[in-house]
Amino acid sequence: MTAVINENPIIQVNNLKFFYPGDARALHGIDLSFPEKNVTALIGPSGCGKSTLLRCLNRMNDLIDGCRVEGEITLEGENIYGKNTDIIELRRRVGMVFQKSNPFPKSIYENVIYGLRIAGEKDKKLFDERVEKSLKAAALWDEVKDRLQESALGLSGGQMQRLCIARAIAVNPKVILMDEPCSALDPKSTARVEETIKDLRDDFTIIIVTHNMQQAARVSDHTAFLFEGNLIEYGLTDQLFVKPQVKQTEDYITGRFG
Amino acid sequence: MSTTTKNMNKYWRIGEPMVWLSGASLAITLLTAIILLAVIMINGLGVFWPAELQRLELQDGNQVIGRLIKSEPTADGSALRRQYKIANRDLYGLDFRWIDEDQIVSQEVPRNLLVLERIEHGDFYGELKSLNLNGTTRTASLPDLTKALIEVETEIRGLRELEGKLKDASYLMEQLRLKKLKFDYKGVPANDPKQVALSQEKAILDEEFGHLIDIQTRQNARAREDTAMFTDASGREKEIVLADIFQVYAPNSMGLGDKIAFYSAKLLELFVGQPRESNTEGGLFPAIFGTVMLIFVMSLFSFPLGVIAAIYLREYAKEGIVVRIVRIAVNNLAGIPSIVYGIFGLGFFVYGIGHSIDSFFFPERLPTPTFGTGGLLWASLTLALLTVPVVIVSTEEALGAIPREMREGSYALGSTKFQTLVRILLPMASPGIMTGLILAMARAAGEVAPLMITGVVKLAPALPIDGNFPFFHLDRKFMHLGFHIYDIGFQSPNVEAAKPMVFVTTLLLVLIVLLMSSVAIRLRNKMKKRYTFGTF
Ligand SMILES: Nc1ncnc2c1ncn2[C@@H]1O[C@H](COP(=O)(O)OP(=O)(O)OP(=O)(O)O)[C@@H](O)[C@H]1O
Ligand SMILES: [Mg+2]
Repeated sequence: MTAVINENPIIQVNNLKFFYPGDARALHGIDLSFPEKNVTALIGPSGCGKSTLLRCLNRMNDLIDGCRVEGEITLEGENIYGKNTDIIELRRRVGMVFQKSNPFPKSIYENVIYGLRIAGEKDKKLFDERVEKSLKAAALWDEVKDRLQESALGLSGGQMQRLCIARAIAVNPKVILMDEPCSALDPKSTARVEETIKDLRDDFTIIIVTHNMQQAARVSDHTAFLFEGNLIEYGLTDQLFVKPQVKQTEDYITGRFG
Repeated sequence: MSTTTKNMNKYWRIGEPMVWLSGASLAITLLTAIILLAVIMINGLGVFWPAELQRLELQDGNQVIGRLIKSEPTADGSALRRQYKIANRDLYGLDFRWIDEDQIVSQEVPRNLLVLERIEHGDFYGELKSLNLNGTTRTASLPDLTKALIEVETEIRGLRELEGKLKDASYLMEQLRLKKLKFDYKGVPANDPKQVALSQEKAILDEEFGHLIDIQTRQNARAREDTAMFTDASGREKEIVLADIFQVYAPNSMGLGDKIAFYSAKLLELFVGQPRESNTEGGLFPAIFGTVMLIFVMSLFSFPLGVIAAIYLREYAKEGIVVRIVRIAVNNLAGIPSIVYGIFGLGFFVYGIGHSIDSFFFPERLPTPTFGTGGLLWASLTLALLTVPVVIVSTEEALGAIPREMREGSYALGSTKFQTLVRILLPMASPGIMTGLILAMARAAGEVAPLMITGVVKLAPALPIDGNFPFFHLDRKFMHLGFHIYDIGFQSPNVEAAKPMVFVTTLLLVLIVLLMSSVAIRLRNKMKKRYTFGTF
């Protein structure tokens, strides 16, 4: 089934098909729209195409040689798979946080301003300002404010993941994609990252992939359920978890498969 | 039977024999390396120790002064025989002598025996009889001789300075000659002001040069007037010009402290001194300098070339059959005999590029080649070719070992491929790249064969760096420790006398490689600490 939520969509996915090299189809025509300044969760069993869909949104899949995309994705009305799309510009507008935290082997400070530096920014005052703002937004400021010049590799796993969030925020994106950001974290760190996500909702559009139903229920406003490359159900999180419309969704969220 | 076979089966299954085998092969490898190093160290480190001089009386009534080298059983195994260094090559024709132990009647260690290190003919062992200073002869002792030597030394130093001036003057004259060649080649007429100025300059230089030569001849003659009379073991007299004596000492009357001081001074001379006696004595400075400079210039070429090639292969080239073939080819390049690289270097760099440079830039000097002959530059380039596969392979591996998340993290923030490469990948790959450079340097330091046809020489007249513009003379020929070993060990007329120097040179080469690679390893460890993950 297709579900389109028409309250102020920032990203609109129209009939998206994705093929990995060798014509292995991973997405079979997805129609979906993500509302602005909302948290949308993507759930579904392993291998159903959540990461693939997510990585289409910032064209991360372009790094794979020989993959193919059909259909259309618009970001604020513009087709991001159009001929004149500037991928660099797109990725600046659509940030990403990965499953495995991946801070660069640089200082905490340099990690946060990496995106600004590569954009050619040189203003030291702006750097300082952004570092503080982003780290505060990622709820990491208090823990690291005295060791900004130390290597980011000395942080704990949870801190590293929040640093990656701060790094993504620092370039002022419209959308932040998160692919299982808490899967490698302990419950306490997970709780902190979830807090962070909730705080960010006011300023950013967040799309999060998760295997944790409770997490999806806790942090998201909307939830999309994918199964074998198809969008099965999409709706308000409260409704989807309480009263799923489709049998497969119900089976999945009640833990009968997947 | 059952229990033993069962036990045997278990024994094999657990893999006990494999453990033993691998342990044993490691032990054998280590042992050979240690033995090799030990042989070099024992033979090399003892060379400069001022060991005692013995005076022997033989059954046939002959007297011998010598330094004991070793003793071993005679061919039939019934008795021992000893090898002595008896020096005095100009008197006896050989430096070493075997003496059967049962031939020796008496053996003593007189305190007045002297060792003279001479500019020519190797060492002299004997006693001092008299000094002939300013035309008067008188009997003398070691302190008198030392004092006289110090006086002569100042004269000699003056001569050295003069020699330096002569060298500079002849360099200038050579430059003038080349300039004139150029004018002639271009057809500038002889009455042209430029030509006239040139010949005036040349006249001045010529006069100065002649003047210097005069002074040198006079001073030289004066310095050679003073002599000393020595006697050898059997009392034969030998007059030696003081200026020819490089150093004199009485090993039998030296205490341990003196000996250590002497030894240290000798070591220092080894590092900073010039070679003497067709390289079998004296210092190794030019060879050390040449070796280090060669490795340095080699790295300057091979490092960027290899890293850039690897970056292209790993990051930019489309993975496919071509890239795979290139990669296999690069890996196999390392297996080509180095002499083949040498021949390629000779043909391509020296005859190809070198000759082209000559005919474009220095046509007036032909047929005398400038770049069209072996030199430091061509040898470095040849070695760079030889070591570049090592750098490529290790750089590629280092780049490949960087987790995908790092690249993705950088791309996700809107960075280009190039920015990711420069800001993330290269720093993270740097320890691996350093490893490649270390391997490349070690390999280059040990190569001799390709150098022999691309510019190494037995004795280079000048270093590749000096005070004459443009300071770096990469076209010059150079000396090299590895070639030095081959040259003095196998090409020298007096192989036995050269043997100690072979060990010393080998030791030095090993030390240099060790020093350079330990610096590089330290650097690598620093990078490693900076760019790799700590534990969570
Ligand atoms: N690089 C790739 N090349 C080929 N096929 C791929 C590639 N990456 C993923 N796939 C396939 O595409 C399908 C969807 O994969 P995807 O990673 O999007 O799943 P997912 O929903 O994120 O799963 P998980 O929850 O386990 O992360 C799977 O069948 C997978 O095998
Ligand atoms: Mg996934």
